[in-house]
Amino acid sequence: MKTKMIGKTIVLGDNIDTDQIYPGRFLELVDPKEIGSHCLAGVDPEIAPNFEPGDIVVAGTNFGCGSSREHAPIALINMGASLVLADSFARIFFRNSINLGLPLIICKGISQKVKSGQSLEVDIQEGTVKVVETGEILECEKIGEHATKILESGGIKPMFRAKMGKSQ
Amino acid sequence: MHAIEKILAKASGKDKVVTGEIVNAKVDFAEINDLYLQTVYSFREMGGEKVWDKDRVAFVFDHYAPAPTIQSATIHNEMREFAQENDLTYHFDINSGVCHQVMAEQGVIYPGMIVVATDSHTTTHGAFGAFGTGVGATDMATILISGELWFRVPEIIEVRIEGIPAKGVYPKDVILSILGKIKADGAVYKGIDFTGSYVEQLDVAGRMAICNMAVEMGAKTAYMKPNQKVLDYAAKRAVRPFEVQYTDDDFVYAESYVFEINDLSPQLAVPHSVDNVRPIETVQPVKINQGFIGTCTGGRVEDIAAAAEILKGKKIPQYVRLVVIPASKEVMRECMDKGYIQALIDAGATISTPGCGPCLGAHEGVLAPGEVCITASNRNFPGRMGSTGAEIYLASPATVAVSVLNGYITDPRTLYK
Repeated sequence: MKTKMIGKTIVLGDNIDTDQIYPGRFLELVDPKEIGSHCLAGVDPEIAPNFEPGDIVVAGTNFGCGSSREHAPIALINMGASLVLADSFARIFFRNSINLGLPLIICKGISQKVKSGQSLEVDIQEGTVKVVETGEILECEKIGEHATKILESGGIKPMFRAKMGKSQ
Repeated sequence: MHAIEKILAKASGKDKVVTGEIVNAKVDFAEINDLYLQTVYSFREMGGEKVWDKDRVAFVFDHYAPAPTIQSATIHNEMREFAQENDLTYHFDINSGVCHQVMAEQGVIYPGMIVVATDSHTTTHGAFGAFGTGVGATDMATILISGELWFRVPEIIEVRIEGIPAKGVYPKDVILSILGKIKADGAVYKGIDFTGSYVEQLDVAGRMAICNMAVEMGAKTAYMKPNQKVLDYAAKRAVRPFEVQYTDDDFVYAESYVFEINDLSPQLAVPHSVDNVRPIETVQPVKINQGFIGTCTGGRVEDIAAAAEILKGKKIPQYVRLVVIPASKEVMRECMDKGYIQALIDAGATISTPGCGPCLGAHEGVLAPGEVCITASNRNFPGRMGSTGAEIYLASPATVAVSVLNGYITDPRTLYK
């Protein structure tokens, strides 16, 4: 698992629900790239077309609340998001993202401390975030042991295949 | 231990579990709705061949029933093929209704069980003293392979509801008022135990409406101690024997809230957040374009009855619409037998096939930019029912009905003055 990342941010508000991350009208799509092209369309349809692979999504509290749709993390991954940092996350979205290998880091207050367009250096193992422009270091929560195991396997699918004795 | 903990302990072969512990629990029933073809894909990607138990898995086609597009029709077909390949005992096609209502009616939900579904509103089944929680497609695929899922044993909070509501105030108003206080992230990861004199006497439909919206506070699961109404319901329907789990007298909740509802007003969640809740008398009359009564929150017989009583013999004004979607085939039949559907049609309502309807913006009444909808469903997020330029107010079915009748948001208590 890649543990150090650097990327430009887009900063979102509180209670960004999965309908805003991935609007219901696109739920019938199955092609991951196409799903990625509509990511965050409920916030602003211009976000996905202008998103650079490796960029970082920063959000306020309760990111991913609402529907259990796995399209939400599939969209974020295929838009090119390397990870999501938020003040807090909703539960089902958290599980879905970790299962698919998308790291989520809880970093209380980050949505107030970082501005869209700033670059962040993130150390997932240490749970630290450095704002490149200002040099400020933010202390975040480390990802829990169980979630780390899943992320290190590349997500729950490779982990399960290995457990079942299937080849990759 | 709490009943929720006892359910998790029993399912993971332990005598005792503690908050924060991660357990692998056996799942009693797994349900996949028609937004989640990815479950089948993830199942195959992980090397799955047959589901672990063909009696404990079902598809329910509710979000796209009947299919509005070629793509969703294709999703249905791929799911039907999987159901047939696996010879699933239960299959609920487009003629069934919303998964949470259908599962309860079919008796695959009963006290003391664990139900996991690809739908966040699986907290609904706390109404029966069951552990219900929602997951995504890939978690579900791991269940289909192994019959188990890992859970973190949640902190459990108590929401005690005391009193008798006034005429015109419904379970939906009660849960909206709670949501307005606890907020959309107030119970993230937690289990909510609804207790108190109100819950003890509440009917099955009201209990389901309240537990349904526990997830709007972020809860992992909900629980209500089964009362006689629940035990009678389950005794008639349950497909296998069950054991009710009760909370020990000495259990200590992580937090406790008390809500007195004797003086509660009808409530509204105003745009664009589920926890932006106000008593109706504090909201200026808002002109509405559409009302919606239906879904796993507000589409049961009791909900449609409340609307039919208000609208019987009346006419919805021109240029105002009311969409009514019974939560299941059984609900629709009963509403027809009792004359509710006929009364609603005569008043000018549009009746649609049992299912989720426009709740998530898929079909059967989505909103245009600038439109205002008052709905008995559960979410008013931006764009939830169509355009992000539309406004959604959440309310009880009675508030929806009386508002549609007047063309603007109206307090149902005005009917009784």
